[in-house]
Amino acid sequence: MGKRLMFEKPLGMRDTLPFFYNQKAKARKQLSDAILSYGYSFMDTPLMEYHETVGKVSATLDQQLFKLLDQQGHTLVLRPDMTAPIARVAASQLKNSEFPLRLAYEGPVFRAQQTEGGKPAQFEQVGTELIGDHSSYGDAEVIALLVESLKNAGLNDFVITVGHIGFVKAFFRDVLGEDEETIETLLQFLYRKNYVGYREAVKALPISEDKQTALLQLLTLRGGEEVFEAGRSLARNQTCMQAVNELKQLYRLLKEYGVEQSIYFDLNLISHMDYYTGVLFEGYAPNLGALLCNGGRYDTLLPSFQLNASATGFAVHLERLVEALNVQEDEDQRIGIIVDNDSYARGIKQAKNKRAEGYAVLLQHRDQIADVEAFRSQLSETIDLTNEGGAKG
Amino acid sequence: MSNRLTIAMPKGRIYEEAAELMKQAGYDLGADLDESRKLILDFPEQNIRIMMAKPMDVVTYVEYGAADIGIAGKDVLLEQDRDVYEVLDLKISPCYVAVAGVPDQPLSRIAPKIATKYPKVASDYFREQGEQIEIIPLNGSIELAPLIGLADRIVDIVSSGRTLKENGLVEYEKIADITSRLIVNPVSYRMKSNEIDQMVSKLSNVMEEASS
Repeated sequence: MGKRLMFEKPLGMRDTLPFFYNQKAKARKQLSDAILSYGYSFMDTPLMEYHETVGKVSATLDQQLFKLLDQQGHTLVLRPDMTAPIARVAASQLKNSEFPLRLAYEGPVFRAQQTEGGKPAQFEQVGTELIGDHSSYGDAEVIALLVESLKNAGLNDFVITVGHIGFVKAFFRDVLGEDEETIETLLQFLYRKNYVGYREAVKALPISEDKQTALLQLLTLRGGEEVFEAGRSLARNQTCMQAVNELKQLYRLLKEYGVEQSIYFDLNLISHMDYYTGVLFEGYAPNLGALLCNGGRYDTLLPSFQLNASATGFAVHLERLVEALNVQEDEDQRIGIIVDNDSYARGIKQAKNKRAEGYAVLLQHRDQIADVEAFRSQLSETIDLTNEGGAKG
Repeated sequence: MSNRLTIAMPKGRIYEEAAELMKQAGYDLGADLDESRKLILDFPEQNIRIMMAKPMDVVTYVEYGAADIGIAGKDVLLEQDRDVYEVLDLKISPCYVAVAGVPDQPLSRIAPKIATKYPKVASDYFREQGEQIEIIPLNGSIELAPLIGLADRIVDIVSSGRTLKENGLVEYEKIADITSRLIVNPVSYRMKSNEIDQMVSKLSNVMEEASS
């Protein structure tokens, strides 16, 4: 390992310079305005948690956790998401409050550092958790709120793909019985987006041709509401049917919210091997190589903190949202007042007045300006109170 | 947004077969693209843009979304484990990854060394066999390593087996069959689903006709 150069930051860490900071702050506010308008309350938790509590139950894979040791030798994690910490709080300090809980968050989360670019170890998430509502109304509220938040932030072109892990698992059980090993293998292929492997594995199974066809048809179950009919025709058992009905009901509710234009269904969608338990979703925007947002129903997380409650929520990757919004740099709205020794007091007074009117005003002594023209050009307006400036401004 | 598809094509050996397949599916890229030095070519009437990339790099372009679609070898997919959809086996440039070495030579009992371009594939394979090995990463002419005693075995692509034979090496185990795959960026898969589904179904029709 060579010596660090003075400008270097730890791997995967980024600075946020003023322009990007402003864009992020704006997008964050627009998202949280929408979230607040749905009656959610914002909260925060520590950046660090124990690995054996929050780290173990988080949706983030163990090898992707950013781990550290504390002075007592406990393994800590920099929080990989906000869902697990909020579940911890909901199951402890908030357990006697009135459920359903509507909680929201905004803040940095962390991943293990990676040498490859474009995979930051720290990024910001804005999101919600609806805890203690296990109905389709809960699923619909969370997805509708996600759509409205993104729209409020100014994003118009995006797609939310909705799936149902309960459907996939029930369908596999229906076709394959209790052959857990095969089910696990097929789920893995879907999770890894490997349709070639899935097809090969299905064709190699010692089952009837009808069953193979059914398993292969699963791959075609994506699109609009027509997938419900197709899903229904594949479903033979009660749990499977119920999952399709849940999606149908969800779609009806999303139509009531008027957000169905952004919604697609994909019954193969598996965002995580064993975290989600029902409806789940992912959001995408053009010109972003990676996921913009995701979420879903998770029913086993709260029980791992000894609270028996179902929950659902979403998280938006804030930096990626800003990237997707692709806004140009705003014109600088600041006003500059150039002063010298004689006009300093006048300058302070004038700045105070302007600030009271809501302007951002910077007061600058003439002696410290190297190039007056360059100074002027970065501001929307300059007032020169020096003799040189004379009547100008 | 434009619904033009950007396709990362592998330069070199695989290109010709891949281009032929694309042609049969109705996307005529011309035969001599590979010889030209141009890296980006637009086909506005077919609404596609072609990027010529090194075969090893196709998956990277697709994962980051620089290309919507790509044609990549399964060997690279196995080695790099990237977040892309693997939608179609194009069945072109078939070969396989295998373990090879000098005949009748057992693995070293102390620290078996494996020379390879595929460190992950090799370690995963030997781990599954209950064997902990050490990797010697090489970029080419892997066959040299066991001949000069740098490694006990190599893990490499075998197509005809000629190189192994000519260097007096034998194949020990086959690890996986390799063909080229059609891969898709996860976001493009959703945002441009119509265009992509269309291309996938055209290509899979060609595949089916070929196999029937």
